[in-house]
Amino acid sequence: MADNILFYTELTGMPVLDLKGRRIGRVRDAALVPLVHPSRIDRYLVGGGESWLTVRYDQVQSIELGRGIQLSDEVLVPYHDDEYMLRIARDLLDQQIIDVNGHKVVRVTDLTLEIQANGPHDILAVMEVDIGIRSIFRRLFQGALPPLWVRRLQRFIPPNSILWDYCNVVEPDPLRRLRLNISYQSLEEMHPADLADIVEDLSHAEREAIFETIDSEVAADALSEIEPKMQANILESLEPEKAADIVEEMSPDEAADALSELEDATSEEILDEMDSAEKTEVEELLEFDNDTAGGMMNTEYVALYHQASVADAMGALRGNEDLLETLNTLFLVDAEEKLIATIPLARLFIASGDTLLKELASTTLIQVSVDERQDRVTEIFDKYNLLTLPVVDEEGKLAGVITADDIISVLRES
Amino acid sequence: MPKILSRFRYQIAVFLAVLGPGFITAMVDNDSGGIYTYSAAGAKYGYLPLWTLIPITVVLIITQEMCSRMGAVTGKGLSDLIREEFGLRLTFLMMALLVLANFTNVVAEFAGVASSLELFHISKYVSVPLAAVAVWFLAVKGNYRSVEKIFLFACIFYVTYVVSGFLVKPDWKEAALNSIEPKLMLDSGYIYMLIGMVGTTIAPWMQFYLQSAVVEKGVTAKEYAASRIEVIVGCIMTDVIAFFIIVACAGAIYSVHPRDIQDAKEAAMALKPFGQYAFLLFSAGLFNASIFAACILPLSTAYSVCEGLGFEAGVNRRMREAPVFYFLYTALIVGGAAVILIPGFPLVRMILLSQVFNGVLLPFVLIFMILLINKRDLMGEWVNPRWFNTWSWVTVVIMIGLTLALVGITLRG
Repeated sequence: MADNILFYTELTGMPVLDLKGRRIGRVRDAALVPLVHPSRIDRYLVGGGESWLTVRYDQVQSIELGRGIQLSDEVLVPYHDDEYMLRIARDLLDQQIIDVNGHKVVRVTDLTLEIQANGPHDILAVMEVDIGIRSIFRRLFQGALPPLWVRRLQRFIPPNSILWDYCNVVEPDPLRRLRLNISYQSLEEMHPADLADIVEDLSHAEREAIFETIDSEVAADALSEIEPKMQANILESLEPEKAADIVEEMSPDEAADALSELEDATSEEILDEMDSAEKTEVEELLEFDNDTAGGMMNTEYVALYHQASVADAMGALRGNEDLLETLNTLFLVDAEEKLIATIPLARLFIASGDTLLKELASTTLIQVSVDERQDRVTEIFDKYNLLTLPVVDEEGKLAGVITADDIISVLRES
Repeated sequence: MPKILSRFRYQIAVFLAVLGPGFITAMVDNDSGGIYTYSAAGAKYGYLPLWTLIPITVVLIITQEMCSRMGAVTGKGLSDLIREEFGLRLTFLMMALLVLANFTNVVAEFAGVASSLELFHISKYVSVPLAAVAVWFLAVKGNYRSVEKIFLFACIFYVTYVVSGFLVKPDWKEAALNSIEPKLMLDSGYIYMLIGMVGTTIAPWMQFYLQSAVVEKGVTAKEYAASRIEVIVGCIMTDVIAFFIIVACAGAIYSVHPRDIQDAKEAAMALKPFGQYAFLLFSAGLFNASIFAACILPLSTAYSVCEGLGFEAGVNRRMREAPVFYFLYTALIVGGAAVILIPGFPLVRMILLSQVFNGVLLPFVLIFMILLINKRDLMGEWVNPRWFNTWSWVTVVIMIGLTLALVGITLRG
């Protein structure tokens, strides 16, 4: 083990020596000031006698395991709490943080610090957060055995740590979040499903903190991946405006599902805050029972009139870029908006621009009515090996579409 | 009018949404050990011990309510909170004790499975391994929701005790009178029995299980009112079942000839003269209770330990993702079942030992609970009101006193 490594468990209780080498006290805690530097230990809190003293990082001359912290300046100020400090023992140790890289919530057992020579000063920088059995061993035996013994014995246990750069502290208090310079930007870059898993592992307040802060679009994607009961809890806990922003970004069927879990008053409050176009769509879907085709479908599809050509279809797709990621079927409707055919999207690629869409249509038209029962719908998907199933109202007008991922969700729930 | 109706429908929906944790925890409280304790009380003292059930219910409600409130408000499990507020060393110590206590409890449950199935002439060398495998697969291959449904379904089977209580045709008037009129006797056996009854009521694992289950269920402070009702109803139901167990044994054994019984199996046998059904139902109830608890205990233990020590936990994680969780879970089941199959294993001593472990752990758990629930930065407006705090402390002190008394008596043998 390299000599320039120091564990937090070794740092606490370390003696602090003044210029003449006399012991002033022992280290009780240490703090980062993330606004100034993301990983450097900025303050050492030293307990001597009744009150604690604060040692700034540039008052330290050397740090050595077995000897202690040698000061280069002994004009110390008494410790007073300030909101910009992230205190390790108080705020970090034993608390949960997010491992952004590993997509999970972990509990901090210890920290690995590096002693770096910086001109006349030794500074400590947080390298890793330790979470495994090795760090538990260290916590249990530090103080009971000499530090060097602990180091020697722990070698038999495999380490388990996360780089400090990949750690995200969760802070429910928005003001403090600002002062500690905590952002959830790294969470926004995650896959929504991974983010959803993380959020499910947190407590209510922490969940709320994340959804309050992250971008509405990311929030909507993540929320869609969370189970309905928790969706409802999260939406309820947010301000109606924020909740409405998120719901607007969700696909209408998922938005309707989420809102239908809420108490009527709350869901109306959120609906009131929404843009009118999205609001109408969602409200229409809310009319249907959850376990009918109407309740399962969403209204995001591309439909064209029956005499449209491939070029028209390409034009329509250009206007609906946000649907492209999941779209696999186009629909043809007649002048009364009645569904007459479905066209697998891939057929467009091998057809020339002036081909009429109806020439590319699937031979049989499979459709269900809005009040078809859920189990019957899954049966149809299975029987005809569908990816997409159009849903029509009593008059045969296209009302929406059910996609295979809706079916997978239904099957997973039962 | 439709508005009221919709409001009412919503309330029902909320209640159903929170249904589970409180009921299950309270029901599992009547595990094989509990059934034995109640049977023994009824067999030896008849209807006399019935009056303890009302105070027991109150004590049960007070402790369970605090756990479910903490779960709903903080969204964190009890071992999570203990770790965050009291540090790793204390958590580690408590978890070590919890594993020991729960392991001996699991052994007792498998013993219950073995003896209840022996009543149906199934050898324990067949029943116990099969039960262990079934228990293991149930949680590993299911998800929390489906498992909870199975557990709730298992709760229904406790009705068997109510029916067998009726079949015995006990003296209802006597039973009713004794339920409300406390009778104390300065008889060491009687006092021991009373302490035993109260002592088996609140076990440390219940607090951990209940709080985690409330969190897993996603109950929030807003829905807590419904959750509280669920907990209270669950606790009352539990003691209603206990009432019928005592009454059945009082009617079947005490009124014929008061005696000590050695295990719950003996109580079931004594019901035979009152018809095949009384016997069958009592035995089936014992099997259900034992296997039910055998499912929950290992799962709850593995959960609490991993939560507290910061390992990944949960049946929806794969084995490679949560190795410690699965190791503990498997070890508790395999170990618990294996012990039963060792010929000549001192089972009785093991079960007494479990009482000692539980007794040592319980004071810590209860005191930590009260300290935690009074932290305003955790609980906000949901901290204990002052009057409730008084009652909580009184309960805790009584429970600790009784539990330590039980440990003392057990150790003295």
